[in-house]
Amino acid sequence: MAECHPVGFQWVMEAKERGAKVIHVDPRFTRTSAMADLHVPLRAGSDIAFLGGIVNYILEHGREFREYVAAYTNAGAVIDERFADTEDLDGLFSGWDPERGSYDLASWQYEGMTPFSAAGRRDGAQLGESAERGQLEGGDPPHFDATLEHPRCVFQLLRKHYRRYTPEMVERICGVPAATLIEVAETLCESSGRERTGAFVYSVGWTQHTVGVQYIRTAAIIQLLLGNIGRPGGGIMALRGHASIQGSTDIPTLFDLLPGYLPMPRADAHQSHSDYVADNSAATGFWGNMEAYYVSLIKAWFGEHAGPDDDWCFDYLPKLTGNHSTYPTVLGMREGKVKGMFCLGENPAVGSANSRLHRLAMAELDWLVVRDFQEIESAAFWHDSPEIENGELRTEDIATEVFLMPAAAHTEKDGSFTNTQRLLQWHHKAVEPEDDRRSELWFMYHLGLRIREKLRGSRKRRDRPIRHLTWDYETDGPHDEPRAEAVLAEINGARADGAPLSSYTELEADGSTACGCWIYCGCRAEGRNQAARRRPGSEQSWVAPEWGWAWPANRRLLYNLASADPDGRPWSERKRYVWWDAEREGWTGEDEPDFVAGREPGYEPPEGAKAEDALRGDEPFIMQADGRAWLFAPAGLTDGPLPTHYEPHESPFTNPLYAQQANPARELYDAPDNDYNPTAGEPGSDAFPYVMTTYRLTEHHTAGAMSRTLGHLAELQPEMFCEVSPQLAAERGLEHGGWATIVSSRTAIEARVMVTDRIKPLRVDGRVAHQVGLPYHWGSRGISTGDAANDLFSLALDPNVHIQEVKAASCDILAGRRPRGPELQRFVARHRERGRETGR
Amino acid sequence: MTATVIPTPGAESYGPEPEPRVGFFTDTSVCIGCKACEVACKEWNDVPEEIEGFTGSSYDNSVALGANRWRHVAFIEQRVEVGGVSDSAPDSFVAEAARQQLVDQGLEPHSGDDGFRWLMSSDVCKHCSEAACLDVCPTGAIFRTEYETVVVQEDVCNGCGYCVVACPFGVLDQRRDDGRVWKCTLCYDRLRDDMEPACAQACPTDSIQFGPLDELRERADRRLERLHERGHGEARLYGRDTGDGVGGFGAFFLLLDEPEAYGLPPDPVATTRKLKRNWAAAGIGAVALAAGIAGSFLGERG
Repeated sequence: MAECHPVGFQWVMEAKERGAKVIHVDPRFTRTSAMADLHVPLRAGSDIAFLGGIVNYILEHGREFREYVAAYTNAGAVIDERFADTEDLDGLFSGWDPERGSYDLASWQYEGMTPFSAAGRRDGAQLGESAERGQLEGGDPPHFDATLEHPRCVFQLLRKHYRRYTPEMVERICGVPAATLIEVAETLCESSGRERTGAFVYSVGWTQHTVGVQYIRTAAIIQLLLGNIGRPGGGIMALRGHASIQGSTDIPTLFDLLPGYLPMPRADAHQSHSDYVADNSAATGFWGNMEAYYVSLIKAWFGEHAGPDDDWCFDYLPKLTGNHSTYPTVLGMREGKVKGMFCLGENPAVGSANSRLHRLAMAELDWLVVRDFQEIESAAFWHDSPEIENGELRTEDIATEVFLMPAAAHTEKDGSFTNTQRLLQWHHKAVEPEDDRRSELWFMYHLGLRIREKLRGSRKRRDRPIRHLTWDYETDGPHDEPRAEAVLAEINGARADGAPLSSYTELEADGSTACGCWIYCGCRAEGRNQAARRRPGSEQSWVAPEWGWAWPANRRLLYNLASADPDGRPWSERKRYVWWDAEREGWTGEDEPDFVAGREPGYEPPEGAKAEDALRGDEPFIMQADGRAWLFAPAGLTDGPLPTHYEPHESPFTNPLYAQQANPARELYDAPDNDYNPTAGEPGSDAFPYVMTTYRLTEHHTAGAMSRTLGHLAELQPEMFCEVSPQLAAERGLEHGGWATIVSSRTAIEARVMVTDRIKPLRVDGRVAHQVGLPYHWGSRGISTGDAANDLFSLALDPNVHIQEVKAASCDILAGRRPRGPELQRFVARHRERGRETGR
Repeated sequence: MTATVIPTPGAESYGPEPEPRVGFFTDTSVCIGCKACEVACKEWNDVPEEIEGFTGSSYDNSVALGANRWRHVAFIEQRVEVGGVSDSAPDSFVAEAARQQLVDQGLEPHSGDDGFRWLMSSDVCKHCSEAACLDVCPTGAIFRTEYETVVVQEDVCNGCGYCVVACPFGVLDQRRDDGRVWKCTLCYDRLRDDMEPACAQACPTDSIQFGPLDELRERADRRLERLHERGHGEARLYGRDTGDGVGGFGAFFLLLDEPEAYGLPPDPVATTRKLKRNWAAAGIGAVALAAGIAGSFLGERG
């Protein structure tokens, strides 16, 4: 966090000054480790075993926050008797279909509840749908054992699932001494309960794995067992890779979501508005109002054209026909199926897994639009790239027409950033963009106008969605810059008479309200830009509700009713946050209560109640149909209801827990230039004996376009380098300050060598595990240059969200520079073969 | 002949407009090595980049203070006696039992951290109370401001380089392509507009604190006391003492090791400090020599 979020890290430092213990778990010793009370190096890719060890420690020693767990989680829910655990099936859960390579979720359900899979729904994995919000038929689990003793209740299943994740097993898998695991677990336990809370902070070191979603799930289980969700000082913070990544999932650039986490309609399952709504709204909880959120979105997009008579423009929306996530799309480019690409604020030629494959794929495009500050690698691949240098590609053979459009910086435009805390903060333009530089908003708006102009006379039905789109933002200045606040107003939503809405609870399913993103409703309440508020912290309560605006409803802490006990009293005075005020008959506290206003703690839903009215007064997890936090996920995940340790797709080590080596549901692509390294247990795995992992440095930003091109940053980290331990350097003859070649089945790259005690060899499964650290910022362009670490990685993806596994893979490292020209790929092929020939 | 040493002018020389002396307190115990100070300094003061290449010196690729680097963050990887953090770890019954179990099984017991640590420290011109650079400057380019900071006027400096050798810290440096000397001005222009220096404003963890020197010294004393209470006996202040060889720094530090570990001189002395005595001695010598020569003539006559 100090490394990549130094500004945010000041608050960790402040907490530390006030007595907080800081533990840093990371394969390498970073700037964060330097400030932590305890640094725990572990083998990259082994975190579920580590976290599972903590779960086991909590359960075996009875350290869970029992009242919280019993009241607010699904610990007591009894699971279908057909459910079989990975402990029973040697690494698989029940429902695995080896033919289809996916799970049937029916046996993971609460006992007595209809399996949620509607017709065709099981195809989610093939269609590449994201992990949707979990959905149940409705209401509380039919069988619930509040004593948590039923052998098939979630709590007991959890104990059984993690029983073998002992400190000794953690040591064997992760290379973390058993006593260190205990020290970490004990520190967490001591920092939790009624009087205390603890928080987890993670970034892509956790997500970029073939089991990325399950990493986070394991942390969620720990935090729920310890009572650290919905309480001040608790939580799990996802630090984002750059500004407003949170915003770009809320109002998504993702293929399978509409704004506000509404699922994208599917071609196979949704023929009409009613199909779509029936399939995606829950009977109980706030998702019960899904139709109101969705209809309001359609009204915001299509205005007067959307109404019940034309099925709310359901035909206008694109429908999912398959997995259109990033990597399959790139493979489609390579195969000539995808003809064009817009590349905005991204540099896949450096930043994506198997970036070499990306460059090769871009060379097959008809056209490519790049908007950036510089001619980045993704815009220059046709005349300046490793492949041009090697002779693999020749400029005269590449037909791609590249449009490089200069972009305005955030200081040159108005807009908002949404951070991990769901906080919208408005930024004002400081200077006018010079020359041809334009904002993304300008570009998209005027592109839309031009396309619409071309379709003006069209009578074709297929052109109606564009012609009927509301596309009429007010503009300013000589270049007709659309007003960013007009877009914010559309997102916030309004009634038919134009009056701005103030909360998502005002949304209607009858078309009388329009709202571009239901969770953002209220960000411009009373017609005022709430995101632009900047009242200093010293002039308001410690929660600081008047700094920016947080979705939903300016709530700073989600599910905050969990900060009170089931009777509505704070768990402790020290940690009081939101509580029931019996005299005023309402919820009150430091924050906006996350519940139905005035709904008393003892409320029991009447028969037939719907949506939020079907939740009891002591069920804080209001987006869940059963109002409870899920230790066990009966739905919503494609690769298991409980996180399980699997080895990375490419690993020098076998899985000591199960015969199943890696996540069975992971996504793999049998495609040219995407060869996989043999993993442990397969012939040839010895050719790739080390673990490699990628990361960022403070001095550079992501794929480097914004930092490698600036002298004042480039001078601070002027060249690509790799980090290795003194022991590995000795083993491979690597010289500090010299050159190393790192090789995988995809390619080989070179880097200067940093030999450092900050990388520590670990003892894993009885032998030494060496790790190679690779900062991934570099490419061939700019002031500070070097080979791209991502060239080494393959397309092996998490099945829930299709994220690439670039935080753990296998490699080899050799002293000296890599071969040049055609010799490079021959060298890689020889290395691969050498391993296979030895048969190990 | 009497030696003339330029007296160190203080704020009082500014007549009716003196300002309280300001400076930096750089608390390296909270420095996270983000280098925001280096970049902010360069951006504000328009200091050119100077790409040294990959040095292999931990994460330090900017090497040292110089004409083109007025803030410099050092990175020191070192091992110290094991102790520190593992002592503060919880020592519950369960943890102890588990440790014992491991020992019984013949597994290597956890040794806490292995004493490895990574020190980071942002160095800067010390703005000495007795500034040798200012003493030796023949053109008056270096002057003491109304805030008692030491500033080089770029339009007066003639590049003679006397100050470069005079500085006991090696801070002053000539820019290669223009010959003049450039160093930290403590953002003199910003001070005059009631703004804090760029580095201090950019520092996310308040490792670099700016303010009236008296206040900073008090703050530093409290901080040191606190760290000592917490068992960080290695913490010390550097340049806080007005009785040192440069009369105390205007920009002083809290360090976690000997100054030498950070590449700082342990006992800096203003190179001009003994000038008066030296000149006096030289004067006496000259008189004696003259007397001797005269005597020899007299002797001849006699």
